[in-house]
Parts: sequence; C-alpha cells; structure tokens
Amino acid sequence: MSTPTTEPILRGTYKEGFHDDLKPVHTVQKGPKHEVIDYMCDVKGEPDWMREFRHRSLDIFLKKDLPQWLPGLRDEIHYDDITYYVSAVEKSANRWEDVPVEIRRTYDKLGIAKEEQKLLGGLGAQIDSEMAYHNIQESLSKKGIIFLSCDDGLKQYPEIFKAHFARAIPPEDNKFAALNSAFWSGGSFVYIPKGVKCDIPLSVYFRINAEQFGQFERTLIICEDDSFCHYVEGCSAPIYTTNSLHAAVVEIFVKERARCRYTTIQNWSTDVYNLVTKRAFAYKNAVMEWVDGNLGSGRTVKYPSVYMLGEGAHGEILSLASADRNMWQDAGAKLVFYAPNCTGRINSKSISGHGGRASYRGLVQVNPQAQNCRVQVNCDALILDEKSRSDTYPVMEIDGDLVTVEHEASVSNVSEEQLFYLMSRGVKKEDAISMIVNGFIEPIVKELPMEFAVEINRLINLQMEGSVG
Amino acid sequence: MADKFEIVDLHVKIEEREILKGVNLVVSKGEVHALMGPNGSGKSTLANAIMGHPKYTVTQGKILMKGENILEMEPDERARKGLFLAFQYPCEVPGVRTSNFLRLACNARAARELDVVEFYSKLEEKMKFLEINEAFMKRYLNEGFSGGEKKRNEILQMMMLQPEFAVMDETDSGLDIDALRIVSRGVNELRGPDLGILIITHYERILRYITPDVIHILVDGKIVKSGGADLAAHLEEHGYDWIIKEDEPTPVKA
Repeated sequence: MSTPTTEPILRGTYKEGFHDDLKPVHTVQKGPKHEVIDYMCDVKGEPDWMREFRHRSLDIFLKKDLPQWLPGLRDEIHYDDITYYVSAVEKSANRWEDVPVEIRRTYDKLGIAKEEQKLLGGLGAQIDSEMAYHNIQESLSKKGIIFLSCDDGLKQYPEIFKAHFARAIPPEDNKFAALNSAFWSGGSFVYIPKGVKCDIPLSVYFRINAEQFGQFERTLIICEDDSFCHYVEGCSAPIYTTNSLHAAVVEIFVKERARCRYTTIQNWSTDVYNLVTKRAFAYKNAVMEWVDGNLGSGRTVKYPSVYMLGEGAHGEILSLASADRNMWQDAGAKLVFYAPNCTGRINSKSISGHGGRASYRGLVQVNPQAQNCRVQVNCDALILDEKSRSDTYPVMEIDGDLVTVEHEASVSNVSEEQLFYLMSRGVKKEDAISMIVNGFIEPIVKELPMEFAVEINRLINLQMEGSVG
Repeated sequence: MADKFEIVDLHVKIEEREILKGVNLVVSKGEVHALMGPNGSGKSTLANAIMGHPKYTVTQGKILMKGENILEMEPDERARKGLFLAFQYPCEVPGVRTSNFLRLACNARAARELDVVEFYSKLEEKMKFLEINEAFMKRYLNEGFSGGEKKRNEILQMMMLQPEFAVMDETDSGLDIDALRIVSRGVNELRGPDLGILIITHYERILRYITPDVIHILVDGKIVKSGGADLAAHLEEHGYDWIIKEDEPTPVKA
C-alpha cells in the first residue's frame, strides 16, 4: 500500500493518535468482494431487498470511475488491501455499562465522558464498523423521537427506513456512495415526528481503531413537518503508517416548515482518506443547515449539499477547513434549486499552513422552475505561509428567472500591519497569529455548540504552533 | 537616566531611502513633548521606528528607554517594557473582540494577571470617562469603527495598559471637535509624573487642549527647532516656511 502521508503531522500533538487492542468479534477477508456482503447480511440478519441493494451497489462501484474533475486518488487508494467490515461488538448497547470495558476505555480516553452526556439529548458511539452505544434521553423518546443505529433503524422501522433510504443519494451518484451502499454499517437513524422539537442536540462520535480499514457509516435523518433537530458528529482515528478509508453517506429529509442542523467536526488522523457524500432534501419552507468543520484527514473530499425541492426552502452551509502539513482539504458546498422563492447561503473559510492545501469547490445550480431565488456565496481563504496553497472552484449554473446571486471571495495572508498592531500592545507574535486566525474563523465557530467551539480553537492553536517564521 | 526616553542620532530608512537623518530627542517622565512638522518630514517614520515596525530599518543611532537600548527588541517586548504607540491608522482585526484583545494585552503587560472582575470594573470606568458605549466592547477590534471611535479606542488602550512612555501618532487627524476634546481629556487624565508623552502632529489644534512642555519641529528628517509652547502659536500664524527658510537650504524640486 502506498503511503503518501507517512509523516503524520501532530504525531506528538494529535492527542487521539493512540490505538487500542480490541479483539474483533467479526472480521472478514480484505477487498471489496461479494462474499463479504453475504457475510455481513448474514451476521446482521438483513432482509433480501437490502442484500440485493448491496450487491447491486458493489457492481456499480466496480464499474464506476472517479470523476474527471477530482485530481489524484485514482492510484492512491488500494481497495484490495482494505478490510470492509470489522466489528468489536455483538450489538449496540443502550446502557453505558453494557458497552464492553475495552471500548469504554477508548471513549474515556477521548473524553466522551459520562458527564458530557448530560448536555446531550442522545449519544451514539461507533467504533470501526459497528455502533457500540446508542442512547436517547427518556424525555425525548417519549415525544416519539427515534435515535438508533442505522442497522437497528432498518430492523425496527423497516417501512420508514425503506421509504427514505438511498432516495437522496442513490448508489449511482458517485463511486464512494456506491462503495458505502455496498458495505454500509453503523451510523444513525433519526426520526423526528411531526411538530416535535428536539431541543437538545443528538450527538455521535465516530472512531476508527482498526488498521487499513474502511468505515462506511450511513446516516438517515427524517424531520417530519414542523419539527426540529440538531445532530452533531465528531471523528478521530489512531495514527498508523498505512491508510484507512472513511466513506460515509448522510441523507437528510427536512419536510415542510421543519428545520434541521447537522454539525460535523472531523479530526481524523492524516492517514485517513475522508470521502463523504452528504445531501439534504428541503421541502416547502423547510430550513436545512450544514455546519462542516474539517480539521484532520490527509485528504478530504466532501461537499455537503442542499436540494431545495419545495417553495420557500432555505439551505445554508457553513464550511470551515484547516489544511495543515500533509493535508489536502477538498471541501465545499452545493446548493441546488428546484422550486421558486428559495434562498441559500454558503459561507466558507479555509486556512492553509505548513504546506497544506485547501480547495473550495462549490456548485450553485438554479433550475428553470426555480424562479425568484436568492443565493449568497462567501468564500474566504487565509494562507499562512508560502509553502501552502489555496484554490477556489466555484461553479454557477443559473437557468431560473429573477435569480439573485452574490458571490464574494477573498484570499488573504496574516498581514504585517495586523501583526505589528497586536504586538505593539505586548502580545507575543505566536499569540498574535493565533488571534488573527481564530478571528478569521470566528463567524463560523460562533455557530457551534460551546464544547465544539472550544475544541476547534484548541486544535487550530495546535496547528498554529511553530508557524512563526 | 532611569526616567528618560532618549533618541540619539537616529537614522532610519525605508526601502533604501533615508527618511530620518539624525534625530535627537529626550523625553523625561512627567513631560509632554510635541513633535510637529510638514508632510513628509518623517514624523510617522519616527513613530513606527520607535515601536519597531519591521518595514523601517534603523541604520544608525540608539533608542534608550530608562537607559536600555530597545532597538534589538521585538515590538511586543518593547510594549511589555512600558512603551506605547497610539496609531494614526489603527488596524482592523476581524473576529477578535475588543474586550478579549484588551484583556490579553493587559495580562501581557501586567506583572500579574488581573482577575476578571478587576479587569472589567477598570474597563468600565475608563470607558465611561471616554464616553464609549458598552456595545463597543463586543464589536470586533476596530472593524467598522468610525475614525473617532478608532482614536478613542487607542486612548482607551493607553489608559488600560498604563505605559511609561507613549507616542501618539497624529491622534488628532480626522477627529471632529467633540472627539478631539474627549481624546484630549483622556491624555490630560493620564498626564503625570509616571508617564512621558510624545505627541506627533501636523496641526497645533490639539495643542490647544493639551499644553506641551516642549515643542520640536522636524523638517526633512531632522529636528530643526525646539522651544516652548508658544512655538505652536507662531507656527499657526506663519506656517512651516519660515523655519525651512531659516534653517535649511531650499529643497530642490524633483
């Protein structure tokens, strides 16, 4: 296996870089094989339609090429060396005490302490392929809110599941969506009934522990009319010298007048390829918000999207990417309009330092039936040194009438004048740089839950270390 | 020595062009000096060189603060030693809240960390004095501030940091009469035996509110005249021409 990212940055400082010796309950032969799918379906006890869907998806994956516009990757990922299903647990527990001790220890080290659960409406924890834990506060489940692992969602609510699964992101969508569709395991199934507001965030933590492994969690969120929910996910992995693959699929359905916010803070180690497809359908007067923070992973390819399908829908994407040494954050956003009087906003901020590369790729597509829509795109890049790089690839396809599109982009450096000003007040150069950088991302960070905002500032400051020339 | 800020034969260039050609100046604690001069005489260069702006290269001379040469120090170190520069054009720093910045700066300067209550009560008192409203602190540092707000913010920082020597670079420029009065009130409040001030200005207007002990006139990179407060009035009446005629050969027009 080629190892283009063998010198993980933060080896000393990436605090999630440990791995634990967890004995797998289930493990399979390497490579994307039909036999692996049959094994998984047997172990999980899945219905025939899912088995069929998985096999069909694998065929699509094997045939499908990577998109032309996506550079690299083609020769970097060696699919045959990857293990597609590793499970350290028999089933997802809903009492923390029932989670195997070794796994609990892992989560303790990550600071997913029991105390933190008190702030959350529900907590899920996935390690490798399976959810080790999934629990929801009783007050929320009494309102009819469902928060399960995706596998349990399929088992316990087969009708709702089948009516939405793969409807926003079919396996034909792209190569990695096909791969996920073939081997998906874990992730969350969230259902918020009509008129119900889930006022405390539901949170899930994804962890890769195995080596040369592919994690393919699948998340399905359904917000019925007039409902609300905030879903938060965090990610980390040990540092190995070989590469792992994280190819998730997240599908969200925000029905009439409902609102959903989905917050991600990924801090994978640099030997994880993070190739994720995220899409939300927003119906009449619905509001969908993606808050997408990419701070880790050697290579991220991810453009959360909102498809505005009903009149008056609003889609909003806040994207934050920090590309440090040995990282290429290929992040961005997509807003696709299919209905009139919709609005959308993209606000992207990227930082590149220590030779890292940040690319913004954005699509704004307004179809003929989408009249009178308004879109605002802001895209700012901060480059910390001459070795680092930032690119912007905005695509606009406007077919509707009376459409207003505003696009603003800026690229800046930490200016000498700002540094001098802050330093003239006694602030050390390092602190001044980190102040300027944290100020740059502040408009996005202030949208995050408190614990995440603190964590982001901590990670950014870590990455700033040694950036003083 | 210990209570003096001394500039000795200072030569400064920017991009190979010599701007200051041997400036000598001594400000003692308790004194207010004004440095006046026509456009292009090198006033702002002096202010920036004193604080250590990386664009300005000192080619000769010394700057001594309480006997210690500060030229080898980075700007932040100079500040922590008690030097302050009120900027002519204070920089905007988006996303950094003014109060957070002030707190960090105060802690960097102070021997011990101020506790939060102590800090905010001091801040509130100074803000009231400068007629700055509360919302100001939550705003990002200088971002979208009017000219007057920026200058008042500079004086507020000076009051919070309590420097031993302060240079004020054209603090009066762009201020209306009310703002000028408030800013001057701040400076007069700070004036005292523990602080030496150098006010750099083009106009004598600010000197009607802050009476200096000494006035220096800088022309073409050199101090050509020093005198008492009455020098300002004379300048107002006659402009800079009489000094240039008196002390320097007529500059050759390029």
